[in-house]
Amino acid sequence: MMKFVISKTAVLALIASAVPALAGNIEPASIRNCTWCHGESAQGYAPAPRLAGQRPQYTENQLLSFRKHTRDNPFSKQYMWGAVANLSPSTARYLAFYFSKQHPKAGNDGDKELAASGKTLFEDGNPESNTVACAVCHGPNAEGIREIPRLGGLSYYYLKRKLTQWGEGYHAAAKAPMPRIASKLSSNEIEALASYLSFVK
Amino acid sequence: MKVSSIRLALPTAILAIVFSATGRAEDTGTADFSKQSLQAKIEYCKTCHGVSGQGFHGSTPIPRLAGQQTQYIENQLQAFIERRRDNKYMYNVSHVLSPAMRTALAKHFSELNPKSLGGAPKELVATGKTIYEKGLPDADVPACATCHGPEAKGNGEFPRLAGQLNDYILNKLVNWSSERGQDPAKPDASAIMQPIAHNLTKSQIAAVAAYLNYLE
Repeated sequence: MMKFVISKTAVLALIASAVPALAGNIEPASIRNCTWCHGESAQGYAPAPRLAGQRPQYTENQLLSFRKHTRDNPFSKQYMWGAVANLSPSTARYLAFYFSKQHPKAGNDGDKELAASGKTLFEDGNPESNTVACAVCHGPNAEGIREIPRLGGLSYYYLKRKLTQWGEGYHAAAKAPMPRIASKLSSNEIEALASYLSFVK
Repeated sequence: MKVSSIRLALPTAILAIVFSATGRAEDTGTADFSKQSLQAKIEYCKTCHGVSGQGFHGSTPIPRLAGQQTQYIENQLQAFIERRRDNKYMYNVSHVLSPAMRTALAKHFSELNPKSLGGAPKELVATGKTIYEKGLPDADVPACATCHGPEAKGNGEFPRLAGQLNDYILNKLVNWSSERGQDPAKPDASAIMQPIAHNLTKSQIAAVAAYLNYLE
């Protein structure tokens, strides 16, 4: 326990020392604070999703919703609520814009054998089971638009976790329709969608 | 032979009784679906068309269905099924719907009355109102109000336009000829709108769309 506290303090000290070194231009320090977890080129790492190439309005909305505690799944609480606690709205906008300009790389970590059925579900939905086509909002190539996120190439684990957690009652940003939609997806449908999307370039 | 035909007939008779009893219990006339399956289908429609049928901005504008004419909704679903109206998603959505289900869905959405989503450029509204009410005689464009009504509430097969998403109206009118009336062997009411859409300029369409967007 003591060891954990010390190492956390050390990280904080490291971040703090980086800030004065970049005095006069606070923005590179803010970017560094994101890339500690989201990866050097913002392609995502472990539980932290890729930010590179994401729709700036989406990223900005998420940062604000972490700040307001509307987005409340366990990792959000554990990492992002604290990370954005002192983030100004203008810095949130700047960061979202900055990461949207980074080139995204596909996660490619899903199950290849499920990709075809995931693609069908993404593009056509399933009218018999009242599952809507994801492409209606997220775009034919999962590229996203405005505040609707790009899904193409996000990691399988991230997509699966989000879709599952919404079904368990965790919240997205305010007014986002996804928790309602995800709650109707079966675990097989989630596996297929997350697999397919991880390969989309 | 006789015995086996009785054996076959009996379950059939039981099934017939069960079905007729279901029909009576639901009290939905010719309905071939349960209240639960209608409710699930309504929720499905609203996932894209908005929780109150007010429309939604997806990757493309998804139209408002609230307050729409029932006959228009039913006609459009039929047009999607017969591929007279081209749409990437709606054929798939509509071809599984029975005629009775289509009627029930149209009735449900026609009775909703949420506020318009708004958002259209306000500076275009005045020009749009003039075009809507007076038409553009020089361009052979009749007053929209002639068919769609003075308050744009529609009438039968003429759709309600009041409160519609302006970018939806813009997309539809600009692409009219490539989306509507796609089966030459089966001409439909969309032919009425074809020359009108063709004669309107994009900026005139944008103005009418802005006016309609704010109508309650």
